[in-house]
Amino acid sequence: MKRFLSAAFFFVVLLFLWQAFFRAKIWSPVLLPSPLQVANYLKGAIEDGTLGHATVITMRRLLIGYFIGIVVGLPLGLLIARWNLLRDTLGTTALGLQTLPSVCWVPLALLWFGQTEAAMLFVVVMGTLWSVVIATETGVRNVPPIYRRAALTMGSKRLHIWLTVILPASLPFIVSGMKQGWAFAWRSLMAAEIFVTILTGFGLGQLLHYGRELSAMDQVIAIMLVIVVIGLLADKIFFSPIEKFLHRRWGTSQA
Amino acid sequence: MFRHRTGSVTEELQLVPPSKLAIDDVSKTFQAATGKVLALDRVNLQVNEGEFVCLVGPSGCGKTTLLNIIAGLEKPDSGSVRADGKPVTSPGRDRLVMFQEPALFPWLDVFGNVLFGLKLKPNLTNKDRRDVAKYYLELVGLTRFEHANIHELSGGMKQRAALARALAPNPRVLLMDEPFAALDALTREQLYGDLQRIWKERKKTIVFVTHNVREAACLGERVLLFSPHPGRIQEEFIVDLPRPRDINSVDLAGYATKIIRSLRKFSEEQREDGR
Repeated sequence: MKRFLSAAFFFVVLLFLWQAFFRAKIWSPVLLPSPLQVANYLKGAIEDGTLGHATVITMRRLLIGYFIGIVVGLPLGLLIARWNLLRDTLGTTALGLQTLPSVCWVPLALLWFGQTEAAMLFVVVMGTLWSVVIATETGVRNVPPIYRRAALTMGSKRLHIWLTVILPASLPFIVSGMKQGWAFAWRSLMAAEIFVTILTGFGLGQLLHYGRELSAMDQVIAIMLVIVVIGLLADKIFFSPIEKFLHRRWGTSQA
Repeated sequence: MFRHRTGSVTEELQLVPPSKLAIDDVSKTFQAATGKVLALDRVNLQVNEGEFVCLVGPSGCGKTTLLNIIAGLEKPDSGSVRADGKPVTSPGRDRLVMFQEPALFPWLDVFGNVLFGLKLKPNLTNKDRRDVAKYYLELVGLTRFEHANIHELSGGMKQRAALARALAPNPRVLLMDEPFAALDALTREQLYGDLQRIWKERKKTIVFVTHNVREAACLGERVLLFSPHPGRIQEEFIVDLPRPRDINSVDLAGYATKIIRSLRKFSEEQREDGR
């Protein structure tokens, strides 16, 4: 409760500062709208459904792409860790592509798929995939061999060992890879949506883009806030509980 | 034999006959940085049903290698290992290993660890498995900690949990690789008592590797002294003392001194040979 109150206090102070800057008229109101104007835009956008619609479209692209990235990346990482031939070939490829900022996939995706949902999905998948592959492979390689030996003596074999020993043992690595993949996917999707208009649906990035075209700063700031909140929620609702569980089980942190 | 084919807890907890191990002419070489090392040189050893045998010797004498070969985790270059007449070619849950590091799985709690091997046994219901796991946790005195995370346990408790995990699938042989080496003396002494009690209660064949001569004399009915380079069984000692044995007893010290003397004598001979 005390932590909640101090956090709430902090954000209230932040709002007051914003309002104070607005009142001081250092910048034109076109460049710095008041918190109230931003709130008004948000209210309007929620009421006429633009915001909800755009959020659904963006989240759908993100979640489907992210899901594909993990479903493909996890087994791929395991396979690469299992066979040295795959490691030297696909593993090196994955390592190289992981260093490529995922925004760089946008031009290629547009040429390959045109201004379609497929292009958006492709960008998200590329953002997720390589991080998950590399993290899974690293995780598997860091599993102490003694776990495998212990499992072998208890009668565990091939696939069973992979599913019940090697996979859970590399979980801390895999989760941090998934988190990185999420961050990459989210950033590259936003970049793609700002770059290109996809006629099948206007996402948050597109709203942000049109805010700029119309010089509607209240819209720009409001959408940015929404994007920040989505990022925070993803962390608090999805990743934090998993990480807390891992820390508690492995004893890697006091918290 | 009028037993049902489906398992039950009482059936699962029944004593299984301990194994007889026959190790014939087992040799094993390793490629080390300094060249080829003959870790085991034509080792012969018979372990009787329900016997508690300790392999003792300086580090690098091949005793752990022999244990791994009995476990089926490593293959000998030549020679054979048979358990109850059947050749050992791969690991199997009739011969469970307890390692020097606890090797407990950190993603499971204590209960989950003990359950791991039981889940691999068919013919048991999940309730049976839970009951069996509870029985062994009680046997090692960890009932209160069944839902603790592994990192929350002390070193001694970890090894108790590892012992429960190794006992749970009811193996015929227990292979122990310096399981108490990393523990403090007090905890160790407690575990000597527990292990002797459990050996008596559960009737297992135990092969116990250690470099601690006193520990070997305390636990083993038979102590085999290994010598390194090449790894061979140098001498055999029968420890004929009543159980439970106390590691600090005078009689036991007598046996330990005998073994240590033999160990010294041999290493001096080796030195004179210019090895």
